[in-house]
Amino acid sequence: MKKEGEIRIPSGCAIAAVISKEKKNISGDLIIKSMVPMHDRSNGLGGGFAGYGIYPEYKDFYAMHLFFNNRDSRKACEVFIKEYFEIVKSEIIPTRKLPSITDEPVIWRYFLHPMRSMMLSLQLDEKSFVARAVMKINTELDGAYVFSSGKNMGTFKAVGYPEDVGRFYRLEEYEGYSWTAHGRYPTNTPGWWGGAHPFSLLDYSVVHNGEISSYDANRRFIEMYGYKCTLQTDTEVITYILDYLIRVKGLTLKEAANVIAAPFWSTIKNEKDRRESEVHAYLRKIFPSLLITGPFSIVLGFEGGIMALNDRLKLRSMVVGEKLDRVYIASEEVAIKAMDKSVEDIWSPAGGQPVIVCVEEGQK
Amino acid sequence: MTIDAKKLNYRTLNEKLRCVDEECTITSCMGQRFIASGMSNKSITIEGIPGNALGSYFNGGTITVHGNAQDAVGDTMNDGTIIIHGNIGDAAGYAMRGGKIYVKGNAGYRAGIHMKAYKEKVPLMIIGGRAGSFLGEYQSGGVIVVLDLKRKEKKCVGFFPCTGMHGGKMFLRSRCEDVVFPSQVVKRNATDEDKMELRGYLKEYCDLFALDLDEILSSEFTVVTPDSKNPYRQMYVAN
Repeated sequence: MKKEGEIRIPSGCAIAAVISKEKKNISGDLIIKSMVPMHDRSNGLGGGFAGYGIYPEYKDFYAMHLFFNNRDSRKACEVFIKEYFEIVKSEIIPTRKLPSITDEPVIWRYFLHPMRSMMLSLQLDEKSFVARAVMKINTELDGAYVFSSGKNMGTFKAVGYPEDVGRFYRLEEYEGYSWTAHGRYPTNTPGWWGGAHPFSLLDYSVVHNGEISSYDANRRFIEMYGYKCTLQTDTEVITYILDYLIRVKGLTLKEAANVIAAPFWSTIKNEKDRRESEVHAYLRKIFPSLLITGPFSIVLGFEGGIMALNDRLKLRSMVVGEKLDRVYIASEEVAIKAMDKSVEDIWSPAGGQPVIVCVEEGQK
Repeated sequence: MTIDAKKLNYRTLNEKLRCVDEECTITSCMGQRFIASGMSNKSITIEGIPGNALGSYFNGGTITVHGNAQDAVGDTMNDGTIIIHGNIGDAAGYAMRGGKIYVKGNAGYRAGIHMKAYKEKVPLMIIGGRAGSFLGEYQSGGVIVVLDLKRKEKKCVGFFPCTGMHGGKMFLRSRCEDVVFPSQVVKRNATDEDKMELRGYLKEYCDLFALDLDEILSSEFTVVTPDSKNPYRQMYVAN
């Protein structure tokens, strides 16, 4: 069978997220619950989760999660990793055997410290160095795929229904201050473990419901800046766009949202706030190739917070609720109620209106 | 009779509903889709959260929801009444061809998208709160009323209302000075004759939600109808 990225078949998906603004621990069990009533939005071809603050003992090291085809591809990849990093710890990611999750690859995680000498010789800052190593593994090493590479966070994904994937990875044994989740209904690719969401690079992770129509325009632009889109799925390109805008170009989250879900020119023209109108026009002119068209609702996870965003026409649903220190986001209201029945005043953000939630000491 | 929807999937729930002739209450509803889809002459009350496409192809009877409803309520419904005591999600009344949808709270994006009408079949949607963007997108028939009863500083509708509208009628309880309408529709202040017509639509709604009909009618309303001289204009080309 051809692997994902080699085939394109001409979605409905489910997303959910929860964050504690006071950075209190939330068990992975809770986010699994949100996916149960949205079961019918996925078709069993992918599910995944990202948790932030889950590796406190190794918080200073890059946590890399990898899929390997077999033992040989792992051995070959470890030789590569050792050229770039010191391996602080390496282990098999604990999983649970489930009849509903089959054909699993070899799944490992590594806690890594970048090799200073290598970084100096390549003249890269630490994050760019790590990002480049991830791209190298994913494009050059056969049978190895990095699906998580941030500090004190981790992505867990597989082919299966999301609630099964969560149990497969024993997420109830992890605690973090924020979680995102995804149930997949792939519409363009056959559905492989690496193609499940979240897509992540460094501490950025993206879960996405929708199907963007600007994929190729976006891909052509972003590949000029060292990113390699290997899977033909639109979520991968969204992840790289956000990494590029926020980490590389230094835009704020709101500005990045205004680039990818830019207001219509007619809306910009009628904006009462002159300054706001100028900023919107400026961002559209500088990054026209990063406008994302077509339906999407996404949750971006990052160190210290999350951002939810709908496409500007709002062709996908998304709702937000809040209770005490927690903020909940989901494709359907019922998913929020599954996490906390007592949440009231659930509302839906407008198309292109980012909802940014940061933990108290948060960033940007 | 009562159906406990806990742990029932949508198919089982609908099979049970189909067998019921008397009044029926669904409890612990947890996102099951397609409730009462295509059914006729049902009287259903829902406690909890109904899933997407509630009452799609509904063909007569009443569905009452004591809370919020999700997306695509009354998709292509043909007859009957759907009453929502909370807010309603996106694309409510999608391609509705008959019947009534009464919402106490706000509506999401694209309420009344592609509503249509034929002879005595004139669908009606009344929204007590505000409506999101693209209200009445491609509307080709039927009546949409937005009351914005809580009236705060926000506009009663979002961006791009009536995009592609080429039939039907819309009543908005506002002067709509800050709302931009596309050039293929005409807006005007409601006349006494319009208000007489509106009174007919609002009577049942006001009884249901215990509202003062005369007080509501004393406000200014804007009426929007397609301009038959210039019916086809697009927004999607020059975006």
